Amino acid sequence: MLEVTDLQLILGGKPVLHDLNLRVHEAEIHSILGANGTGKSTLAAVLMGLSGYQPTGGRIVFDGEDITRLPISERARRGITLAWQEPARFEGLTVGEYLRLSQRNAKSQPLSPEECLAKVGLSPEKYWKRAVDATLSGGERRRVELASVLAMQPRLVILDEPDSGIDALSIGNIVDVIRTFARNGSAVLLITHHEEVAAIADRSSSLCGGTILKTGDPAAIARFFRNHCQECQHVNVPIREEVHYA
Amino acid sequence: MPDAIAELKILPGSSAEFAILSNSYASSGGDAAVLLDDRAASLVVSHHRVLRAHSIPGVRIEGEETSTGARARITVEPGTQAPGPVHLCFGVLPKEGLQEIQAEFFIGEGARVSFLAHCSFPNAVRVKHVMDARIHVAKGAAMEYAETHYHGPAGGVEVLPTAHIELEEGASYKSLFKLVQGAVGVLRLDYQAHLQKDAVCELDARIYGKSDDRITINESLYLDGENSRGLAKSRVVAADRCVSEVIGEAVGNAPHARGHVDCVEILKGPLARAVAIPKLTVVDERAKLTHEAAIGSVDKKQVETLMARGMSEDEAVDVVVKGLLR
Ligand SMILES: Nc1ncnc2c1ncn2[C@@H]1O[C@H](COP(=O)(O)OP(=O)(O)OP(=O)(O)O)[C@@H](O)[C@H]1O
Ligand SMILES: [Mg+2]
Repeated sequence: MLEVTDLQLILGGKPVLHDLNLRVHEAEIHSILGANGTGKSTLAAVLMGLSGYQPTGGRIVFDGEDITRLPISERARRGITLAWQEPARFEGLTVGEYLRLSQRNAKSQPLSPEECLAKVGLSPEKYWKRAVDATLSGGERRRVELASVLAMQPRLVILDEPDSGIDALSIGNIVDVIRTFARNGSAVLLITHHEEVAAIADRSSSLCGGTILKTGDPAAIARFFRNHCQECQHVNVPIREEVHYA
Repeated sequence: MPDAIAELKILPGSSAEFAILSNSYASSGGDAAVLLDDRAASLVVSHHRVLRAHSIPGVRIEGEETSTGARARITVEPGTQAPGPVHLCFGVLPKEGLQEIQAEFFIGEGARVSFLAHCSFPNAVRVKHVMDARIHVAKGAAMEYAETHYHGPAGGVEVLPTAHIELEEGASYKSLFKLVQGAVGVLRLDYQAHLQKDAVCELDARIYGKSDDRITINESLYLDGENSRGLAKSRVVAADRCVSEVIGEAVGNAPHARGHVDCVEILKGPLARAVAIPKLTVVDERAKLTHEAAIGSVDKKQVETLMARGMSEDEAVDVVVKGLLR
């Protein structure tokens, strides 16, 4: 469904992403593991087409169509969306309105906006009329973001650390939401630092120094990540030469 | 309601004018029926004619015509808990004209009251509306004042609202000035609040300027009493060749007074201009004053978030701007 080939992005003269190859299949949960600063959010931005993140090389193909140069709205209309690591705040926009706006372009609607909100553990009675502004806590805002992409019923959703800032007891709830996407036919590109969250993926990739080193079974990738990446010197440094791990 | 009854409640011979003003009131978001509802206190001034001045127990409304407008005196008895808002409606229906309103508000000790004011200048080509308000909120009383403007598309309005607000100990005052429909023309808003001990004041202005509109907002908070708290907030969107200047001022004259100036001005298009001038003066070292100002185009992340939900860029900007001016 998503094929990323030889992707390269230079920011401030520095190759933040390079030689990046990634395949995400239909309705699969694909997790990305990588230390801080290895390029995960940057990859999310490039896939969504955010301004300032035009790739300097490579191709992004979605459902057989080259979308490398398409604007954000066009990608969204084809079913790609992103839940930001630090979601934007909106003055004067209620949670209910935000979810309704998100659902406007949904292809099908298995869940109502109210159900989406309940699904992420926020009661509609309490949250529907709240503003999506600075008065929401970080965790609440992230949950609203998750509800919003859920309401959109995307073909591919990129979740940038949906579990960060979520209290330990609620991680199970977030995992359940991620599974809901896949059950409803959405593919999920899941960026996370939590191994137990990454473990629900069908496949996993490890991102290091701006490139994907390995893709495969989540348990194997998690092991690889633990043994190599956590001590790795490539954080914030692009890997230029071929890396060989045992 | 039959016309004959309505006739009795308003200035004789003015029912047609009243009807047009009511329509205009309705199109600016007001509920026109309340203007004739005897359970609600109201004041209706068309150009320099007082069409209706209706009091209810505890809320006395007095209106008097002057050669250029009207003088109004609004008195709320101590302890009154006004059941619903007091409705104020000001308008100039012809293309040209001057309307000067001098309004005095006395809110008695412990009273609680809110005002909904609507100002309509639907046909303005050269209309000047001056509002000079003196507001006194006594000890422990609370007043809310929301003013919404409806201007026609021609932009020929000059609006000069000034308010001098005195808040006694523990009093609170909250105002929201909105001019987001039609062309602004020229707006010079000047609100000054003086706060005694434990008083609370929130001034909020939301303006959408287009074409050649000129906007000046001056909100000043004098935090004269211990523990007094004030917020001067403004949200301006300036499109086309609109020029906007916002001065938010707070003066900390007393221990533990807290003031905050919060200004957001969004520019749409390369020719619009915005200036933000926060002015903070600390006289008592125990006072704490802060400000935040953001001027620029619409926040990129907000727009991109909405675009990632399938909206076009224009639609997304619209949603952000509408929210800000809401
Ligand atoms: N506009 C930019 N100009 C220069 N460098 C940038 C820019 N944006 C990001 N970077 C750098 O690119 C690298 C990758 O950043 P990115 O935000 O993608 O990391 P991440 O893997 O998401 O990290 P985290 O786990 O902390 O969220 C970092 O070294 C960052 O400093
Ligand atoms: Mg990140």
